[in-house]
Amino acid sequence: MTASQRTTVIAGVCLAVSLVACVLLLRHIDQIRPKASIEDVLYINSPKMVKRASLGFDGLMACIYWTRTVQYFGNRHFDRAHTYNELAPLLEITTALDPHLLPAYQFGASFLAPKPPGGAGEPARAIQLMEYGIEHNPNNWRLYYDLGFVYYTELKDYRNAAAVFERGSQVPDAHPFMKIMAAQMATHAGDFATARMLWRAAYESASESNVRQNAIEHLRAIRVDEDVTHLEAAVEQFSEQNRRPPFSMSELATAQHWSGLPVDPDGFPYNLTLDGRVQVESPDDFPFITKGTPPGYVPAPPKFHNQN
Amino acid sequence: MAAIEILGLEKTYMVGFWRKRPKRALQPLHLTVEEGEIFGFLGPNGAGKTTTLKMLMGLVFPTAGTARILGHEWTDPEIKAQIGFLPEQPYFYDYLTAHELLNYYGQLSGVPAKDRTRRVEEVLQQVGLTDIKGVQLRKFSKGMLQRAGIAQAILHNPKLVFFDEPMSGLDPLGRREVRDLMEQLKQQGKTVFFSTHILSDAEALCDRVAIIHKGELRGVGAVEDLTSTVQGKVEVIWQGAQIPASMKVLDAECHVVGDTVRAVLAENQQDAAIDALRREHIRLIAITPLRTSLEAYFVEKLQHAQTTAGKAS
Amino acid sequence: MIPRLLHIASNTFREAVRDRVLYNLIAFALLLSGAAIFVGQISIDIERLVVVNLGLTAVSLFGVVIAIFIGIGLVSKEIEKRTLYTVLSRPVRRWEFIIGKFLGLAGTLVVNTFFMAIGVFGALLYVAHKFSKPDALILVALYFIVLEFLIICALALLFSSFSSPLLSAVFAFSLFVIGSFADDLRGFAAMTHGITRLFATAAAYLVPNFSALNVISAVAHQQPLSSQLIMHNTLYAFFYAAMALSGAVLIFERRNLK
Repeated sequence: MTASQRTTVIAGVCLAVSLVACVLLLRHIDQIRPKASIEDVLYINSPKMVKRASLGFDGLMACIYWTRTVQYFGNRHFDRAHTYNELAPLLEITTALDPHLLPAYQFGASFLAPKPPGGAGEPARAIQLMEYGIEHNPNNWRLYYDLGFVYYTELKDYRNAAAVFERGSQVPDAHPFMKIMAAQMATHAGDFATARMLWRAAYESASESNVRQNAIEHLRAIRVDEDVTHLEAAVEQFSEQNRRPPFSMSELATAQHWSGLPVDPDGFPYNLTLDGRVQVESPDDFPFITKGTPPGYVPAPPKFHNQN
Repeated sequence: MAAIEILGLEKTYMVGFWRKRPKRALQPLHLTVEEGEIFGFLGPNGAGKTTTLKMLMGLVFPTAGTARILGHEWTDPEIKAQIGFLPEQPYFYDYLTAHELLNYYGQLSGVPAKDRTRRVEEVLQQVGLTDIKGVQLRKFSKGMLQRAGIAQAILHNPKLVFFDEPMSGLDPLGRREVRDLMEQLKQQGKTVFFSTHILSDAEALCDRVAIIHKGELRGVGAVEDLTSTVQGKVEVIWQGAQIPASMKVLDAECHVVGDTVRAVLAENQQDAAIDALRREHIRLIAITPLRTSLEAYFVEKLQHAQTTAGKAS
Repeated sequence: MIPRLLHIASNTFREAVRDRVLYNLIAFALLLSGAAIFVGQISIDIERLVVVNLGLTAVSLFGVVIAIFIGIGLVSKEIEKRTLYTVLSRPVRRWEFIIGKFLGLAGTLVVNTFFMAIGVFGALLYVAHKFSKPDALILVALYFIVLEFLIICALALLFSSFSSPLLSAVFAFSLFVIGSFADDLRGFAAMTHGITRLFATAAAYLVPNFSALNVISAVAHQQPLSSQLIMHNTLYAFFYAAMALSGAVLIFERRNLK
């Protein structure tokens, strides 16, 4: 082997080894400093300062901050964290840099308002964010939808929700659904049908995967709540007719002439307790349900099904 | 042992931006340079001289062929301790002084520390660079840089020296000095291989020359042999503007140049011509055997190539 | 082999030190440190914060510029101006040239950083009137900055081995900027799918991870730094530089020097 060939071989091996070493070290370093990146990011946590520091590259910085927001949320969600304190500033900075970054508003509506562990528990800031978005994008009906969404789901403020949906329906090219929702809010706010419409719309219009997953979970929860309500009504009816609660679900099913046992969205039959309550088989699989849980049940942090 | 053996070195470049086409910078070259001689590598600009030199130095990789330098493979890094190289229009580290530069090169060439300082002084003397202590190279004139270049080439006392256009940028005095230097090197037993397009220098210095044109070797040989294709003629110069009748009989070509006449006639007519002039009382100025100059040989070789090329195409 | 390496390194150092560009840049950096004092005085509470932030950022940025300019200058220029011919006509291997240059550059930058750091500490002393224990963290930040320089030098050499001086400078500087956002690049890669994800992830790992080496904000806020991080960063810088230099050697070994 000539000197040159020897050099080539050694350099080649060195290159390969170094490359592998770098990748491995990088992964290690990431583990050592998971929090560091976010803390670093928010040293400048005033949107105005960030804007100044961006030297005009607002759009790019907005994208970077948006990426960080999603990473932040995803990591904490995965770790079953209970707080999302940095979510509001991150979203505020992102939208300050680029007020037209629409996915950010939807993200805020879905995850800023809800209480932990599902979200940051800051509905007021969520509303602020939506109004900011509407101010800068007045002809985007979806933002009104997002705002109405927050009023409806978290604050249960049906009057304001209706008002917002009405405003939104006035926007040119607004989805006709907005007018329907406005009407629904006014009269049938608490109905399952309304809630289902709302979450279905959220699911279909969502572009970001976390938001979609959230919508799916809520739809499942509505289905369970609906089922449990009907089942408990059936139990009531049976008890009145027979002066005693049904002994089992099968007895109830036979009495009601149902084709089979009622099952939850996962296919497991609903359970009937001795005191006539209807419960789901595994409540942990259904975050956000308000009915069908055993007494004293504490909901676990939500886990998303259909992980991508 | 031959100092340099070039065994079929050739170089083809791929030129062009999108579709690369081959361009032959050097046809397969076969050449031998003996130890202790001054060898001239002649050719017009772009002939392939520098390409050849760079290949021998390992700066450019040949497309094919090999070479041996001082008996070793030309790629052997150790052989470099025994050769010196002066590139064309050299450029050195601007901010160093000549002493620092030579010291650095000495280090790289493996000149032992105790000898280095002495050697640097010697070599600077030899190339005529004096009074330049502490002067940075960027303040040097072209001629001075050339001398510094020669200095670095001979610093480590190599057996074989390569010069690429060593005379470029030098005034007549400088050129004379470089020529003397090269003679000196030969006397020291070194081999000098230099490329140039200035034929008079080659004629004066070289033992042997090779002529290269458009990447192809056109002729190799000792200068004497190449220029002694003497046609057996002599040139006679005499005072005055008169052309004796007897001269015409001798079939002489005569030209009047100022107040002298130059006549070219056959060598065997020489005595008759002298007699003719004496009879007429014409003052003889000079008789010189006519040799083809290297230039003529050079031009002839190049033209020959062009005509053959013309015929071929 | 080793003596030649050291000779090339020391010559490179000498060459760099005599280049006036160097002094201008250092002077500017010191000036900026001085300016930090005035900026800090605008808001009393954060004097120290401003001095450390601005000072270290100046060291970092100017150092990178110096690393790129001199790194590129010393190799690309050498190739372009043919000083290299006389070096390579000697028993010097091509790889010795690359590594020797790198060592010389690294030495230059360490000395550089030392002088610029004096400016920062000087300004700090002026505003804080004394040094406190957490100020030792500044040394760690400076150490990481030097590691950044080593990576940049290696990259500058890599690009110089095949590219023109201007392009090499552009590439090296671009990688510096992108590398500062390496974390975000990896985050972005995690959000994509399919082929994009493959390329994005590959790019994210290949880009030098300057975000991990940039602890200026943390140090300004006097946050502690784990020794594990210091060790990992050191190893990372070492291997990354080795990778870039191996690439440079491989390319340069084959290059026809016209």
